[in-house]
Amino acid sequence: MDDKVRPTKVLIRRHTLVTRLTHWVNVMAISLLLMSGLQIFNAHPALYWGEKSTFADPWVSMSMREVDGVARGITIVGDYQFDTTGVLGWSGEEGMREQRGFPSWATIPSYRSLADGRMWHFFFAWLFVINGLVYWLWGLIGGHIRRDMLPTRAQLNPRHIVHEIITHAQLKFPRGEKARAYNVIQKLTYLAVIVVLLPMMLATGLSMSPGFNATLPWLTDLFGGRQSARTLHFISAGLIIVFIVVHVLLVLVSGVWNNMRSMITGKYAIQVEGDRP
Amino acid sequence: MTVTTTNRRRWLGVAGASLAGLWVSACDRLTADPKFSGVLRKAEGLTMKAQRLVTDRKALAKEFTPEHISTDFRANGTRYPAEEEYAALLANKFADYRLVVDGLVERPLQLSLADLGQQPGRTQITRHDCVEGWSAIAKWKGARLGPLLDRAGLKPNARYIVFHCADALEQTLDGTGQYYESIDLIDAYHPQTILAYEMNDAALSVGHGAPLRLRVERQLGYKHAKYVMRVEVVESFENLGRGKGGFWPDRGYEWYAGI
Repeated sequence: MDDKVRPTKVLIRRHTLVTRLTHWVNVMAISLLLMSGLQIFNAHPALYWGEKSTFADPWVSMSMREVDGVARGITIVGDYQFDTTGVLGWSGEEGMREQRGFPSWATIPSYRSLADGRMWHFFFAWLFVINGLVYWLWGLIGGHIRRDMLPTRAQLNPRHIVHEIITHAQLKFPRGEKARAYNVIQKLTYLAVIVVLLPMMLATGLSMSPGFNATLPWLTDLFGGRQSARTLHFISAGLIIVFIVVHVLLVLVSGVWNNMRSMITGKYAIQVEGDRP
Repeated sequence: MTVTTTNRRRWLGVAGASLAGLWVSACDRLTADPKFSGVLRKAEGLTMKAQRLVTDRKALAKEFTPEHISTDFRANGTRYPAEEEYAALLANKFADYRLVVDGLVERPLQLSLADLGQQPGRTQITRHDCVEGWSAIAKWKGARLGPLLDRAGLKPNARYIVFHCADALEQTLDGTGQYYESIDLIDAYHPQTILAYEMNDAALSVGHGAPLRLRVERQLGYKHAKYVMRVEVVESFENLGRGKGGFWPDRGYEWYAGI
């Protein structure tokens, strides 16, 4: 008998078909929603708080301003002012620059067209909502959310959470048996996205609809008015981008092929000690 | 090591930029494809049906108190109609203005501003939501459209109310640049749907559509036709503009402007 316990590679079933399908539909819908959303934002690249626009005093704005006789893209956030020439406010190839909030490579379509941006946005908003409903219903009925997403009592121990944050920051990821389930950072982050951020996009989006506003006035009031809802729609979208950037980076550094395989075929490889199946 | 890292970085940068370029140009090409955009536009019908399913069609738009009124209400679209006919009416302070109500009605009407002032009216402080994303609040006073239509008497095949405006927002040879908008009968009879002649307790200014503009609360700004000269009752949009029921709907915006 061999005393040394050699780690064996075992393929486990990580993601079910519904998780994988809804994940990739979400990838498509959210990227198209973000880019067509920036097109819509460009129609009036300024944000306000409250019920109405205070045109002279937006809290965020992107525009072209002449500084010492030279056109510059100026972005204002609260009391701060940034020169964002080439990206925000004033962008395009040198000599052909135009005044626009976000640059053409970030919007759908790339040229300025509010009507077409809305056409893309509302189509993929439906896909996003239907996809989200499928995920939620299946997650609640099938137990995916309770079983895989809710942290265990032990995981919620503050010392454990701090430990996980530190090891995550060091890019050390759970291995072996511990890699079978989501760790507490994953659970809390995914929950924040599926319970707070994504529903927030829908709720703030509907709050901007004058038709829906007559049906559910309290929803718009809850966000502090239509312009606040527009601002919160924008901020939530920004947080989703932050999530996507971190998520993709962690996918890349924590074993990109294993991660991709698990989200495509469902199989995820873990190293287990000994020759257990 | 450094060389390969730099090369790899450059390679990744080039690959990233070309992927982004491909993606954006693919989306542009799809946008231009009538079949694809036709599929995307189907969502508009779904949105309209869904919203009408959950919305009480008689629900009132939120009304505000006077302290909410905007001091910087923006005028969009035409701000000063260039048409001679309009200039003549304006020169005479609209004393010769007559709102024409015709089409599928039993008794066509011609109403002066004084006549409109004696119609059953309504005053409301509401929020104007522009499709561009901004909002402004104002107090509007005007004649309710419903009683006006009853006075003219709708024929049984009447389905839509069309508002013909004095201004051309785009210069075209075939006249399709003339501003117009339309709504259905349910919105026409909604209590907050008025032909406004006053804004913030003063006669409507030229920028905001003097002498008469539509207020159809619960819909986006472009539906609120300014410089209304004629109210026509029709069965379909077939012979109007480019057939989509409004200046902006003819240019890719939703006829149902509820979101």
